Amino acid sequence: MAEISIRNVAKQFGDFTALHSVDLTVADREFMVLLGASGCGKTTLLRIIAGLETPSQGEVWIGGRRVDHLPPRQRGIAMVFQNYAVFPHLTVFENIAFGLRMQKLPQAEIDRRVTRTAELMHIGQLLKRYSGQLSGGQRQRVAVARALAMEPDVILMDEPLSNLDALLRLEMRAELKGVLAESKTTTIYVTHDQVEAMSLADRIAVMDKGLIVQAERPIEVYRNPAARFVGSFIGNPPMNFLPARKADNGSWRVAGITFKGPKAEREEIAFAIRPEDLSHAESGLPAEVRVVEPLGPHVLVTCDVEGHLFRAVLESDIVLSRGDIVKLAPTPDRIRWFDPETEQSLQVH
Amino acid sequence: MQQRTLPYLLLLPATLFLCVFFIYPFLLVAWQAVSQDGALTLEHFRTMAGHWKFSTAFWNTMLLALAVVPVQLALALFMAALVTRMGAGRDVILYIWTIPLGISDLAAGIIWLAIFEQTGFLNSILSSLGVIDQPVTWLGYQDKATIFLAVVLAELWRATAIVLVILVAGMGLIPKEYYEAAEVFGAGPWKRFVRITLPLLRPSIQTALILRTILAFEVFAVVAALGGTNLPVLMGETYQWQFALQDRHVAAAYALVILAISIAFTLVFLRTLRVPKEAQV
Repeated sequence: MAEISIRNVAKQFGDFTALHSVDLTVADREFMVLLGASGCGKTTLLRIIAGLETPSQGEVWIGGRRVDHLPPRQRGIAMVFQNYAVFPHLTVFENIAFGLRMQKLPQAEIDRRVTRTAELMHIGQLLKRYSGQLSGGQRQRVAVARALAMEPDVILMDEPLSNLDALLRLEMRAELKGVLAESKTTTIYVTHDQVEAMSLADRIAVMDKGLIVQAERPIEVYRNPAARFVGSFIGNPPMNFLPARKADNGSWRVAGITFKGPKAEREEIAFAIRPEDLSHAESGLPAEVRVVEPLGPHVLVTCDVEGHLFRAVLESDIVLSRGDIVKLAPTPDRIRWFDPETEQSLQVH
Repeated sequence: MQQRTLPYLLLLPATLFLCVFFIYPFLLVAWQAVSQDGALTLEHFRTMAGHWKFSTAFWNTMLLALAVVPVQLALALFMAALVTRMGAGRDVILYIWTIPLGISDLAAGIIWLAIFEQTGFLNSILSSLGVIDQPVTWLGYQDKATIFLAVVLAELWRATAIVLVILVAGMGLIPKEYYEAAEVFGAGPWKRFVRITLPLLRPSIQTALILRTILAFEVFAVVAALGGTNLPVLMGETYQWQFALQDRHVAAAYALVILAISIAFTLVFLRTLRVPKEAQV
């Protein structure tokens, strides 16, 4: 059992606040991804959980034990670093065995675990090599094997795939997911890559400016962003936003069209729709086509709606060219609304 | 064509300088050591080895190096580890610790002589504390052990900083991530030092040891200041034969012996502290 609980954790570096009071609970065996742009505090939070950074306030609990005063080695964790940190002076075998030797396990047990994890990560044939003789992808595998060999309750991963090329990243992503699901550990995984986050996570914690904005299942984060930031950060292309002016109680005018919406005490709120939730129709938002990009399965159309950038993903058989005016109809139950000041999601009642 | 010759042209001044002021005098000395009136002879080496002071000087030099260098290495490692962990004030401490480097070895010897001589600081302090009634002769001709100890102390004080500087530079090159990984995977401070710092510092340790050992075999001024000729060392004997006994042939033979020992130890360090190519950072 290794539930991780972060309670009211904050971190200041001098005048800079990297983390404002953060609360997060990760269930036993859950795969939690911390997602955010660089500088949002995700790595700082991971390093606080690891014990490589001391929080300015708050508590960290792992497996029912308060650990924020303990050094990393007493927290029952293993970690995969962004630059792998595979020791250059040790062979692959000794790298994987490093943590086991520190625990003074018997040699037979060390042999068994190193061989098993090396086979699992497909580096069994590299055990006698040194880090300098490995490719980036192989080093990555060694770093993961070293963490898995510890058979830890918790594995922390700091952007482990960010230094790999695109194809390798795709391959390793699927492999990691399989391996970690089997190892039955609780995993916290830091990334700035939303596709990685969506594909790996049981839950995604989206971070912005030192705060966790939303921590939900990937599809929830995608479909129902808790804040405007989440909608614009997740999804490629991101969510479209248009200003909506109050028509009467509960309905709003967006680019000349009236939509049913939330009852808010505002003159103007933000209307939001994902590009793939739009379709070409007889009536809808009037959009002037700027760029047409055929992407194979569909067409990405970049348009202008009343001076606002607006993207739509449409059927691939549509024929459009620059300057055309098209009507784009949003799927009604996919429309989202945001408060312009708090930027929080507004619920339709 | 010019592109090809340019590097050689640029190397020429330094090469000439080394040839004129290093290779040529070296060849002269080597020739002096093995010749008499234009004919080859080993007579000077025989004279050197037959003299009663030779083996004393040889073993004194060896023992001094053996006593000084390992302690210096250990001290410098400890000091470098301290300095590397420091945040503010790191540079100030480093400058203070390296002050002795700026003092010539003879001056350093004289400073320590001022401490140990009969009217020196050590006796003043001990007598004002009431430990002794009258001054003790620390560096008398029969006190070989205390002279030896005084030289060791003076050498430690004077030349540990050069090792320190090399090791601090080397430690600065070890990425922080290795320490973090070691820490996460269960290594405490001592284990991190032994399993990460020492192996990754090997090239710097090698450089520092070679440099320090060669200098230790050339120890002269500090010994002369503290012990006169009571503690014969190889370099001191070279000086004696050249200037007091006016036999430059035997002096040259001594010089070659020092060179041979230095080369031998350098080769040993190069071999034992070699980092295999595949294990280099």
